[in-house]
Amino acid sequence: MRRWLNVVRVAWAPLLLTSVAWAMERFPPPDFETAYRLPKTQVPLPRTLLQEYLDVALLALALSLAAYLVYKRRSRRELTLLSVFSVAYFGFWRKGCVCAIGSLQNVSLALADRAYHVPLTVVAFFALPLVFALFFGRTFCAAVCPHGALQDLVLVRPVKVPAWLERALSLLAHVYLGAAVLFAATGSAFVICRYDPFVGFFRLSGSYGMLATGAGLLLLAAFVGRPYCRFLCPYGVLLRMLSWISKWRVVIYKYRCTLCGICPEACPYGAVLEPTPPAGAAGSRQPRLALLGAQVVALMAVFGWVGSRVAVPLSASHPTVSLAERVYLEDAGKVKGTTDASANFRNSGQSSKELLDQAGVIAHQFASGGWLWGAWIGLALGGMLFAQSLPRERAEYEAERGACVACARCFEPCPGSRKAAADTETERPGPAAL
Amino acid sequence: MAKPTDATNRREFLGASLRGACLLGVGGLTGLTVARGKADDLVWQLDPQKCIQCDNCATHCVLEESAVKCVNSYEMCGYCDLCTGYFEPEPNALDTGAENQLCPTGAIIRTFVEDPYFSYDIDEPLCVGCGKCVKGCAQFGNGSLYLQVRHDRCLNCNECSIARACPTQAFRRVPASKAYLLKGREAQGA
Repeated sequence: MRRWLNVVRVAWAPLLLTSVAWAMERFPPPDFETAYRLPKTQVPLPRTLLQEYLDVALLALALSLAAYLVYKRRSRRELTLLSVFSVAYFGFWRKGCVCAIGSLQNVSLALADRAYHVPLTVVAFFALPLVFALFFGRTFCAAVCPHGALQDLVLVRPVKVPAWLERALSLLAHVYLGAAVLFAATGSAFVICRYDPFVGFFRLSGSYGMLATGAGLLLLAAFVGRPYCRFLCPYGVLLRMLSWISKWRVVIYKYRCTLCGICPEACPYGAVLEPTPPAGAAGSRQPRLALLGAQVVALMAVFGWVGSRVAVPLSASHPTVSLAERVYLEDAGKVKGTTDASANFRNSGQSSKELLDQAGVIAHQFASGGWLWGAWIGLALGGMLFAQSLPRERAEYEAERGACVACARCFEPCPGSRKAAADTETERPGPAAL
Repeated sequence: MAKPTDATNRREFLGASLRGACLLGVGGLTGLTVARGKADDLVWQLDPQKCIQCDNCATHCVLEESAVKCVNSYEMCGYCDLCTGYFEPEPNALDTGAENQLCPTGAIIRTFVEDPYFSYDIDEPLCVGCGKCVKGCAQFGNGSLYLQVRHDRCLNCNECSIARACPTQAFRRVPASKAYLLKGREAQGA
């Protein structure tokens, strides 16, 4: 009786009409004569919001601590301890989700799709490291990001990567960033999460491919410092660009540069720039800025066109598009049978035309997004060539702001960091004399 | 004419203005997303209305043992003796013999309540989320058995692997404060 009253009660709540449909039971639930009472469905709750806020607070704390350890303490040992904490907490404890790298997809999706409400904690994970990068460089990469920290911890015997290869490979990260934004903004996929190499370790489970890629990358990371950060990380691209204009930067020496040449050897990430020959040396030529600028624009146009062509087939990653393709092939009689998805679609009563129209809209989004994606890659390539052509004078060894992940490895070996050594080294010409 | 200090000042000024612009940019981006954001966290849940029990929940979760499990909406349950969610089609006998059970892991506990009713409870640690019982219950019963993401197990991946594999797009992000899409009266949060 109580049940029927309940059905009547919900019947006039239009939003809950569906529960009326559910309530039409084939076998009416019994009225028990014994003392049996209906149990309630157990609903274990997810992590509370408080825990999420704690994560953000810890992120801010770890970022500040990393900046302090790099700039004030200049201590590699303490930074290593912070790395261990980050791998343990942001990695293994929180299982790696959500991370700053992945959060850029949530932000892209939120900007493109009004229906998606990004959680504020995710926005904080996205924005905090960027703001810190504007002031302190890549301190997030140094010891806060669990991916970076993990690779940093396994580095045993660094091998130098030739500068040309380093630059070429770092373009991959730009391509990846563009792809991640494109796929996320169209609501197709979160590719950064899908192809994340290390999150399988943090969860202690994952598909074979994911774990194998991660293991391979970690093995590589033992010899080539931080391969993911340098050549793939899409978030690292943003941090790199903001670090170029950061307020403070990593200065290798504490007192003065003695030009001893130790720091390039100490840096496993190829981020130390050597001093240039003095200005006015033979062979230096004024670059043609207009020509270089035109080259950037041309590259953007060419890559943009290529991007728009490449992106359309990629739209099949969107579930609606792949379903539309399947339905189209079935309708045309090119494939036999149905998949779960297409069978479900046919039961839904939606017409094939509607579905194809929806897929067409998404494919169109990919085409226009592909222009931007390609133009972005062209800009990255052109910008790199532009920067390469500009002569920059350096009197001392300098950490390249964008590439330096502030790992603090160069501080201790630097003789210029020890006051006595920096003072007594008078027989060698200091930077001022050059 | 330009003294070195001027050059330094110019560079510093340029740096500072660029930094300010970027700070504004990051701030604007954040502000825009915050305006469209919610204080509540988002978690994954599957809509039992859209679920077709394809078995992907059991196999596609990043956890070795899926975070999706079966739940029974007791108020919808018919407490049938011949439960089509519990028994194989045409079972030898209506008893708890393994050969009669639909569940591959024996995760449904059948208990006698009173004549002729039996209660069916899910032994969650055993349930793998394959949905065989859900299919049986939906076909011939009241549809009281259904699948739900259990949030004590779900890692809340940024991109849910099951959502990706779900053929009917039954998975969606829901606010953490309403983390379940329950069937029956409980659907109203009662």
